[in-house]
Amino acid sequence: MTKIDSKIPEGPLAQKWTNYKNNQKLVNPANKRRLDIIVVGTGLAGASAAASLAEMGFKVKSFTIQDSPRRAHSIAAQGGINAAKNYPNDGDSVYRLFYDTIKGGDYRSREGNVYRLAEVSNNIIDQCVAQGVPFAREYGGYLANRSFGGAQVSRTFYARGQTGQQLLLGAYQALMHQVNEKNIELHTRTELVEIVIIDGKARGIITRNLITGKLERHFGHAVVIASGGYGNTFFLSTNAMGSNGSAAWKAYQNGAYFANPAFVQIHPTCIPVHGEFQSKLTLMSESLRNDGRIWVPKKKEDAEAIRKGKLKPTDIAEEDRDYYLERRYPAFGNLVPRDVASRAAKERCDAGYGVGATGLAVYLDFKDAIDRLGKDVIEARYGNLFQMYEKIVDENPYETPMMIYPAIHYTMGGLWVDYELQTSIPGLFAIGEANFSDHGANRLGASALMQGLADGYFVLPYTIQNYLADDIRTPRMSTDMPEFEEKEKKVKEKFEKLLSINGKYSVDHIHKELGHIMWDFVGMARNKEGLQKALDEIMKIKKEFWANVRIPGKADGINLELEKASRLADFIEIGELMARDALNREESSGGHFREEYQTEEGEALRRDDEFAYVACWEYKGEDKTPVLHKEELKFEYVELKTRNYK
Amino acid sequence: MEKTINLKLKVWRQDGPKAKGRFETYEVKDISTDSSFLEMMDVLNEQLIQEGKEPIAFDHDCREGICGMCSMYINGHPHGPDEDVTTCQLHMRKFKDGETVTVEPWRSAGFPIIKDLMVNRNAFDQIIAAGGYVSVSTGGVPDANAIPISKEDADEAMDAASCIGCGACVAACKNGSAMLFVSAKVSQLALLPQGKVERARRAKRMVAKMDELGFGNCTNTGACEVECPKGVSITNIARMNREYLMAKFKD
Repeated sequence: MTKIDSKIPEGPLAQKWTNYKNNQKLVNPANKRRLDIIVVGTGLAGASAAASLAEMGFKVKSFTIQDSPRRAHSIAAQGGINAAKNYPNDGDSVYRLFYDTIKGGDYRSREGNVYRLAEVSNNIIDQCVAQGVPFAREYGGYLANRSFGGAQVSRTFYARGQTGQQLLLGAYQALMHQVNEKNIELHTRTELVEIVIIDGKARGIITRNLITGKLERHFGHAVVIASGGYGNTFFLSTNAMGSNGSAAWKAYQNGAYFANPAFVQIHPTCIPVHGEFQSKLTLMSESLRNDGRIWVPKKKEDAEAIRKGKLKPTDIAEEDRDYYLERRYPAFGNLVPRDVASRAAKERCDAGYGVGATGLAVYLDFKDAIDRLGKDVIEARYGNLFQMYEKIVDENPYETPMMIYPAIHYTMGGLWVDYELQTSIPGLFAIGEANFSDHGANRLGASALMQGLADGYFVLPYTIQNYLADDIRTPRMSTDMPEFEEKEKKVKEKFEKLLSINGKYSVDHIHKELGHIMWDFVGMARNKEGLQKALDEIMKIKKEFWANVRIPGKADGINLELEKASRLADFIEIGELMARDALNREESSGGHFREEYQTEEGEALRRDDEFAYVACWEYKGEDKTPVLHKEELKFEYVELKTRNYK
Repeated sequence: MEKTINLKLKVWRQDGPKAKGRFETYEVKDISTDSSFLEMMDVLNEQLIQEGKEPIAFDHDCREGICGMCSMYINGHPHGPDEDVTTCQLHMRKFKDGETVTVEPWRSAGFPIIKDLMVNRNAFDQIIAAGGYVSVSTGGVPDANAIPISKEDADEAMDAASCIGCGACVAACKNGSAMLFVSAKVSQLALLPQGKVERARRAKRMVAKMDELGFGNCTNTGACEVECPKGVSITNIARMNREYLMAKFKD
């Protein structure tokens, strides 16, 4: 078996990153100008990396499928970003943020990586303030904080309910500044369709121009994948419509390991599904759980009457409400981590206490908070979220409780990377949600923004130099090389094949089928039988797709159906690997809940002696079973415990 | 409660930037009033694909009103008849059964049509690139709490910063002016101490780029503010004019 080397530096935990930086190789300014770096994606990770690398003097080529880098889905993050500043003097520290993240991730992430994340978290806040990000402030002029799930301190910085937007715009502006300085060559409406490997190293990409349909070749001394997660495998998720896993999947097909694909986060507070035509799910920020109380009726007959429209939530007396999170988890109450809150909602609904027309919803109630703080305060904190809810559901959450239900939100799994954020292909790096690192089996709220920006501003700009320092004598390569030629030909054939099928079903039709299978069998609760069934069903969907998809139009020019089809072909394969990984992991950890492995109280049962490892999957070719490699996780600084939020 | 409606849609179809456009009429049936306008468009596109026709090209992404990608000029309004929403958050309960709905792209000299309802808003990026930032590199910055900023200024900066760059302001303006968009960024950064250092340079460069790219002048009709899905205020335009004049006086 291949040995997996995570390259964690020597030394005590708190010294590892410092030691690394003291000993790594650097590239001098004259040589930086001679080195090209391709960055795929312009979300928080991609934009911050592209801007930082360009400021340092590298020549950066930045790619996005959107019309502008500012559209990336990082923009939709609402609640906030964590940092260990301890401004509120409530006992926070780098160690505590590290500890909460490891524990929140159910002990399935690397100590070294997570400690570094906590360490640089403070730099991120400083950087963003310097860029003019308008974080919320107190009357004294200092930064405000709020609390988030899985933490007992207030360490979350925020800009109303639009933190992701403001941080992304900060990174986007830094990126556009470098475009203006001609250090970044920006390619909008351009999609990565293949990765070019020369002598075992990533040396370029093939892209499709989404306006002209033209295939284009780009050389880079190194390639950085910052293309986000694969949550849209489920069709319905909180991800944007264009979010896809294809860039990461191309990396996998070219030999990069894919790690922990089964670790998917199901966010507890989303607006419930309402119909078959629905295209996406809308998240209601976790920050709402600071002031909102989650409940369902105590009596089944009340729940039933509500479902039939005979009773309203406001008709249910206080003593007939079951604030089940406060009941089950008194220490953390409504602020338990996301996986715990999601499963608890599912448990109540499955038991027959769910509300809403479908019975698949619970209440998030602000009445007590409004009584305590006044409507004005609640409006100042969550006004935009309340407005969004009202526009979608047509109910006023100031007067009647919100209805929420869990939905697919984030993927902790992704491309395997070492401490340097390098994949198993030399010269190919992965940052942000596209990689697997840092969040283990469950991500804490307000930590995605932190990780994306940590990778892009403060980690990759260092670690990539350690690789490029050995490449300073490598001249820019011609894209006429046979390796480029071959990959372009392969892509062209794939598109021709897709267009020639001319079958019965639209891309969305098949994608919805995949989504149902994923949600039913690879969703919030999984078991062996269901996962085996999922593998069979996904194979059938794959066959159906390649035999029966219908894509109107041609390969040249704009063809939105062709774009979607090409991404769906990858989602089907990603779904298969997720099911395979979920089947392999015979334990419950974080977002991965195997029904066979639970305590008597229905809590997740981890099996550290057998599964304290990162599952790294290696591609072996089309329709061949991938090979599993294990990276053992060693815990030297934290003791593995059963997570307890009681 | 869920209801369904039938609609007649007059949709602008145009094969490419140089091609001649035309309205095509389509009918959609049994549209749930709980669905969004874009979900209704998905249903229409699904119908077109089944008929072997090319679906209507339109931009969209997050479908929660924040990415700024969706556009569409619906019944004479950018983002349609509802207030404070983008097209993706516009719901079908705002329409009546049997109604005819007209759907057009943003129309402005600054935003050339790419295809059907898709337009090129690249000009906004170019304006930001000209100066819509604080010139600070990664690293070497002071502690985030080193400079206190009054809550009022931070809140006002946030109001301006909430712009999503969709371009509804330009589409709403009879002159095709981009003043609301540009002034929102100029204001946000002028209100914060970090942005004040290069405020004069920023205002001049962003305004010059805006003029160069073919956007019209502002004649204070206020249409932009009315149609802005995020309620960005035209007081930002007044602030930008002051910033610009001050910068010019210094020259």
